[in-house]
Amino acid sequence: MSNTAWETLSNQAVGAAGVIYFVALVVYLAEWAALRQPAAERALVGAGGPGGPSGPGVEGAGADEAGAADAPAARRTQRVAFLGRLGLLLTAIACAAHFVALVGRGMAADPNRVPWGNMYEFTLSGTFVVALLYLVLYKKFALGWMGPLVVGFVVATLMVAVIWLYDAVAPLTESLNSPWLVIHVVSAVIATGAFTLGGIVSIVYLVRMRAERRATAAGTELGGWLARVPRLDALDRLAYRVHAFAFPVWTFAVLITGPIWAHEAWSRYWNWDPKEVWAFITWVVYAGYLHARATAGWKGRKAAMLALVGMATLWFNFIGINYFSTTSQHSYAAERVVDATTGFVAELRF
Amino acid sequence: MSAGRPDPARRPGELTARELLRWMWRQVTSMRTALLLLLLLALAAIPGSVIPQADVDSLAVTRWKDEHPKLTPVYEKLDLFSVYSSPWFSAIYLLLVLSLVGCIIPRLLVYYRALRAQPPQAPRNLSRMPVQASYTTDLAPAEVLDRARSVLGRRHRLRRSGDGDDYVAAERGYIREAGNLVFHLSLLIVLAGVAMGGLWGYQGGVIIVEGKTFSNTLTQYDDFKPGGLFRQSQMKDFRFTVDDFSVDWLKDGPRFGQARKFEAALTYRVGDGEPREYSLRVNHPLELDGTDVFLIGHGYAPVITVRDGNDDVVATGPRVFLPRDASFLSYGVVKAPGAKPGQIGLDGLFFPTFEMVDGNPVTVFGDDLNPTLSMQAYTGDLGLDDGRSQSYYVLDKAKATPITKADGKPLRVDLQIGDTVELPDGLGSVTFEGVDPWIRVQISQTPGKEVALLGVILALIGLCCSLFIRPRRVWVRAVPADLGDPGDPADAGAGTMDGTGGTRVEVAVLDRSGNGEMDEILTAVLSQLQEASEIVRQS
Ligand code: HEM
Repeated sequence: MSNTAWETLSNQAVGAAGVIYFVALVVYLAEWAALRQPAAERALVGAGGPGGPSGPGVEGAGADEAGAADAPAARRTQRVAFLGRLGLLLTAIACAAHFVALVGRGMAADPNRVPWGNMYEFTLSGTFVVALLYLVLYKKFALGWMGPLVVGFVVATLMVAVIWLYDAVAPLTESLNSPWLVIHVVSAVIATGAFTLGGIVSIVYLVRMRAERRATAAGTELGGWLARVPRLDALDRLAYRVHAFAFPVWTFAVLITGPIWAHEAWSRYWNWDPKEVWAFITWVVYAGYLHARATAGWKGRKAAMLALVGMATLWFNFIGINYFSTTSQHSYAAERVVDATTGFVAELRF
Repeated sequence: MSAGRPDPARRPGELTARELLRWMWRQVTSMRTALLLLLLLALAAIPGSVIPQADVDSLAVTRWKDEHPKLTPVYEKLDLFSVYSSPWFSAIYLLLVLSLVGCIIPRLLVYYRALRAQPPQAPRNLSRMPVQASYTTDLAPAEVLDRARSVLGRRHRLRRSGDGDDYVAAERGYIREAGNLVFHLSLLIVLAGVAMGGLWGYQGGVIIVEGKTFSNTLTQYDDFKPGGLFRQSQMKDFRFTVDDFSVDWLKDGPRFGQARKFEAALTYRVGDGEPREYSLRVNHPLELDGTDVFLIGHGYAPVITVRDGNDDVVATGPRVFLPRDASFLSYGVVKAPGAKPGQIGLDGLFFPTFEMVDGNPVTVFGDDLNPTLSMQAYTGDLGLDDGRSQSYYVLDKAKATPITKADGKPLRVDLQIGDTVELPDGLGSVTFEGVDPWIRVQISQTPGKEVALLGVILALIGLCCSLFIRPRRVWVRAVPADLGDPGDPADAGAGTMDGTGGTRVEVAVLDRSGNGEMDEILTAVLSQLQEASEIVRQS
C-alpha cells in the first residue's frame, strides 16, 4: 500500500470510529433513559395510566403495561442490560477502527514511525488509550455505568482533533526523531488517558455526592443513572486506583524519559521550558492528590477536586501551552524549522 | 524555665519557647502542611511559564522589558524573570524538604521498630471487626490453627504463638511503607543531583564555521555560563575540527522547507590522543569523558573579501550571519578598520534562495540555492580605534556615514557568488566569494546527572511499592463451638475437645492502606482455609 493509501485509510478509519462511537453514545443514552423509567411510570400511573402519552420506543412500552407491576420492571431490566451490552460491543468495534486509524498514520509516514508526531496524532492516540483502558478495566471494575461518559468524551475530543488539529502526515522534526519518542510519548499518552479516566470518576464522585445530599434533604432515594453508579466510597477507591496507576507512569514520562531525551536533544535535562513547568505542576498536583487521600479532612470531596485540578493542568499543558506559548521548545504545534536553533539565536543576538 | 513543670505564673494559653518550637515543628512536619506546600509549589511554578525567563530565553526577556517599561522594575524586584532560582521559590521547596525530613526521620524509626515487632495480637472480639466472617468445622481448634498457619505462613509474617493462644495473627505488606520511605528519601537524592549540576556544571556555546577547529578553552566560547563553584581546571583538554556539515531540505510535502538530518562530521582529539571521527547529529551528542558536545543549530557564513583603495585585501574569509527566522534570512556585518583611505563597514542580509516576490526581496527556501547578499556600506569611524571590545555582530554606525551613489542615494551592495561591487570615491571593492555553513554547538558538563537519574529511578520503584502493595493483617481464631462467645478470654482454650459441637472459626481482615478490596481478600482467605478443612456448616 502506498503512503497516500495508508493516510486515506487512516482518515476513513477515524471517520468510521467517530460514527460508531457516536452510535454507541446514543445506545448508552437510550440505556440511561430506560433507567429513568420508574419516575416516568409513576407519573403515568398517577395521571390515569392508559390515558397518558404513548410515544414510540421505551416510553410507550412503559405506558402500555403500566398496569402489570412486575412484567415491565423485568423487561426494563432486560432492555437496560441489552442496551448496555450493545453499547459495549459498539465501543469495542469503534476502538478497533480507532486502532486502524493509528496504524494508518504510522504507516503513511516516510519513514514509518509511531503515530504521535503532532497534536492531531497525540490526541488520536490519547483518546484511543482512554477507550482501550475503559474496555480493559470494564470487567474488573464493573464500569458499565461509565460508558456514556467515556464514549461522550472520546467522541467530543475526536471531533476537536479532526476539525481543529488535523495535520497531514509528515516527517518528524529532527529533535523528535529519536527512540525516546516512542518511550517518552507512549508513557505520556498512557498516563494522560488514565488521568482522564480517573478525572471522569472524580467528576461522577462529586455529582453523586451532591445528588445524595439533595436526595437526603428531600427525603427521597437516588434515582436513574446515578443510582447505578457505585457508592461514594467505591467511587473514591476506583478514582484512587486509576490515579495510582497513572501517577508512576507520568513520573516515568516526565521525570525520567523526558529529561533523558531533553539532555540528548537540547543538552539540558531540565530547562524550565513552559511544557516542562506544566508537566511538573501536574505531577505536583497529583502528588498532592495522593497526599490528600491520606490526610484527614481532605479525603473524598477535596481529594476529588484536586484530581480535577490535576486534570485541568494536564490538558492545559497539552492544548494551552502548545497553542499559546511562544517560548516552548516542544514543537508539536508550532512549526520550527530547526527547533534546536531558536534558543541560541536569542542568546547570541544580545 | 523548665517546660516539664507547670509554671504557676503562666496565664492560660501561653506557650513556653520550647513548646512553641515543638508546636511549630509539628506544624511544619504535618501531612497537611506537606499538602499545602505541594500545592503552593505548583502555584509558584506558574508565573515562570507565563513570563519569559532569563535562563530559558533571554531574548524574550529583553523584548518583554522593552514592551513593559512600567512593570519591569516591579517584576525585577519580585525575581519574576528568574522564578526558579528566586528566593521565594527556593523558600517553598526548602520548606518542603524540611517538612519531608521532619516527616521521614520519625517514620524511619517507627518503621524500624515495626519491622522487628511481632504482628499484633488478635482483637478480643473478631466479630466486631468491619471485615470478618465465621464458620463451623469438624476439625479440632488446634488443627484449624495449624492449617491457618500453613496457609497464611506462605505470604505473611506470623505472630509467634504463646501458650494457650486460640488464634493466629498474620501480617504482610511491610514493603509498602519501605517504598514510601524510599520514595520520599529519593526526592532528596534528586535534589542533591540537581544541585551538583547547578554548582559544578557549566554550559557554553560556540559557532564554528565548516573547516575550522575549536579547542576547549574559555576564550574560544561565544557564551559561557558556569555554575557557582566551577573551576577552570575542570575543563577537559580536547579539540575538534568541523570537516563537513550537511542538511537535508524537504522539497515537497506538507513540511516543505523544513530541514532535517543535520550532520556534522568531526575529527576530534582528546589531549594528545589519536584523532578520531564522529558524526555529530541532533539527539546524538559526542561524549568526551564527562563533557558533552551537542549540535544545536546551524546557519550560513558568506565568504566576503573587501579590498581597499590600494587594492589591498583588508578583510576576507567567512563571516557568520545569524538567521532571523525559519526561512534562514540572515543578518551579519563586515568590518575593515584597516582600509585606506577610509575604514569600510558593511551590514545587511543574506538570502539563501533569493527571489523577488511582488517587488520584495525574499528568500523562498532555507537551502542556499541562490545565495545573495544585500548590504549597506559605511565609511568613517567604526568605533574600533579606541580599543574597546565590540560585538562581532554589531556595526557601530554612530560616527560612520553611509556610502552613497553619485545621485546621493545610499549605495546597496547587492551580490551573488563571484560578483564584485566597486565602492565609489576610490574606497575599494567588495567581493562575494562563496558560502560556508556553520554549526552551533553547546558544550556542557552536568555533574550529578547520574545521581539525579538514580534518584528518580529509586523514587519510581519506591512509589510503585508504596502504591501497589496492600498491607494487611489477618487473624484466625478457632474455639470449640459449644463454648459460647469465643472472644471471652474466660472461655478461650478451656473447652473439651470431644468434637460434639465442632469448632467455630472466625476470620478477620484489616486493610492498612484503606484502598484494598478487603471483601475479596477475606473470601480468598476463607476459601483457602476451608479448602484445607472439611466444611460442616457455614454460619
Ligand atoms: C517533596 C514533596 C513530596 C512529594 C512530591 C510527595 C509525594 C508523595 C506521593 C506521590 C505519595 C503517594 C504514595 C502513597 O500513597 O503511598 C506520598 C505519600 C505520603 N507522603 Fe509524601 N510527598 C512529599 C512530601 C511529604 C512530606 C513533607 C510528608 C510529611 C509530612 C509526606 C508524607 C507522606 C505520607 C505519610 C504518605 C503516605 C500516605 C499514604 O499512606 O497513602 N510527604 N507522598
